[in-house]
Amino acid sequence: MVAYRSGKPVSARHFVADVARVAASLPAGDHVLNVCLDRYRFTVGFAASLAAGKVSLLPSTHTPEVIRQLRVFAPDAFCLTDDSACDIDLPKILFPEVATSIVAEGVVPDIDAGQLAAYVFTSGSTGTPLPYKKTWGRLLRCVRDGAQRLGLLDGRHTIVGTVPPQHMYGFESSVLLGLQTGSAICAERPFYPADICTILAQAPRPRVLVSTPVHLRALLAAEVDLPQVDLVVSATAPLSRDLAREVEDKFATRLLEIYGSTETGQIATRRTAQTLEWQLWPGVTLTLKDDGQAWAQGGHVEQPTPMCDVLELTEGDRFLLHGRMADLVNIAGKRSSLAYLNHQLNSIPGVLDGTFFLLDDSHASSTGVTRVAAFVVAPSLNAAALTEELRRRIDPVFLPRPLMFVERLPRNGTGKLPQEALRELAARHMRP
Amino acid sequence: MPDNASPVRQPAPPASSTALEREVAELIVQALNLDVTAAEIPPDAPLYGEGLGLDSIDILEIALVVSKQYGIQLRADSEENEHIFRSLRHLVDYITAHRTK
Repeated sequence: MVAYRSGKPVSARHFVADVARVAASLPAGDHVLNVCLDRYRFTVGFAASLAAGKVSLLPSTHTPEVIRQLRVFAPDAFCLTDDSACDIDLPKILFPEVATSIVAEGVVPDIDAGQLAAYVFTSGSTGTPLPYKKTWGRLLRCVRDGAQRLGLLDGRHTIVGTVPPQHMYGFESSVLLGLQTGSAICAERPFYPADICTILAQAPRPRVLVSTPVHLRALLAAEVDLPQVDLVVSATAPLSRDLAREVEDKFATRLLEIYGSTETGQIATRRTAQTLEWQLWPGVTLTLKDDGQAWAQGGHVEQPTPMCDVLELTEGDRFLLHGRMADLVNIAGKRSSLAYLNHQLNSIPGVLDGTFFLLDDSHASSTGVTRVAAFVVAPSLNAAALTEELRRRIDPVFLPRPLMFVERLPRNGTGKLPQEALRELAARHMRP
Repeated sequence: MPDNASPVRQPAPPASSTALEREVAELIVQALNLDVTAAEIPPDAPLYGEGLGLDSIDILEIALVVSKQYGIQLRADSEENEHIFRSLRHLVDYITAHRTK
């Protein structure tokens, strides 16, 4: 089986026919923004795009500003959606759903390993997202190496994902992993703990839960009966060893964490309940440059690529992760940089000066999420108007909480903003 | 008798709130570490997106608080779900109807 939709199996024959049908219905443009919420439809849409020689665009967010930038990047881009109320400002095609009774004979398309399959984007620092090319062959190699490490190469599993298929991690671990190994993909994207349990319980075993620290914390805290799971996979932010052990205890199975980046894709795993050391996937190596930055290379990583986290190389193919570089922001798997957020804030008419500010983990919520704060000098704007402008430009998870209006920022003689001064300012403005 | 009743039944003023509304508003402010007080959450404004500006992580936090405090497991597949977060008042109505503790 390729997939399960509402618990009903979808055969490979059916999938191939769906792909051919959707490929034939795609418009002329070469670039596809596939925003289908249903994981099966997303997978069909991605495969159909590939078969039709089109490139999938995978930006990290769909704010009006990012869509505008996508139109500049790829003027022929169109949006494939399964939501008739979708308000993305691109030419749209609604996913053509048909009754499931008739399945025509289809031919599995032969895709060249060198074919450009997708562009993924990082937020960049100047306000323009930076595109990274992903060829079909590199994507598959990445996922195959990962499947080997996760013990999923035999394709017997059913994959339940709580992450969207458009997110790089969800794309790799809930879509490509199924396509590459033959494991079945659950179409749903359960959200509430009770929903996750329902979808898990109806997925044939052995089953894999592809999730994040936020959802795992919520599952453990929700006082629900957890169904049996045969493997739990987590990514987007590192788990603590305590939480990893609790997950292994409650689910009575292994939890493996995946580490990667938008630029490189997934490159390492660890069983966090047993070790904090990450193990690189076969063929991938890390090199520490003189400035302390780690670069990845080899395996599916085509070119030497700088990593945006502080890494310590330990022994052989092992390393430790010591957090992100100072400028980076990661909220529940959405990544951005302070430079990018500050650029967006300061480009709003009426903002004279402004800066985002990282709160420390004492501000974390019960699902472990720490938000960003911002200081702004904007005498002509109120909080509602400013937030509305920001909402057009940045993903909602980065909306400042709190947003603090000040008369001026504590810039020093060279115009810089010392962290210490910002911390003092925050202490004065924030509730204890 | 109608004649003795007040001439027109006045709807409750929108700013007024029930004890449960205040309690839930307080739980939300605490769970989400919001920069407003419970009294500042308008009972009829949308909680999600614009309005109070909550996102899906917040909704998950609220779901946890609601399950702990009132014994309700929220589900996205229930038809009521999309109504629940329309406003504080909708959420409170849902809790009133479904609470088990």
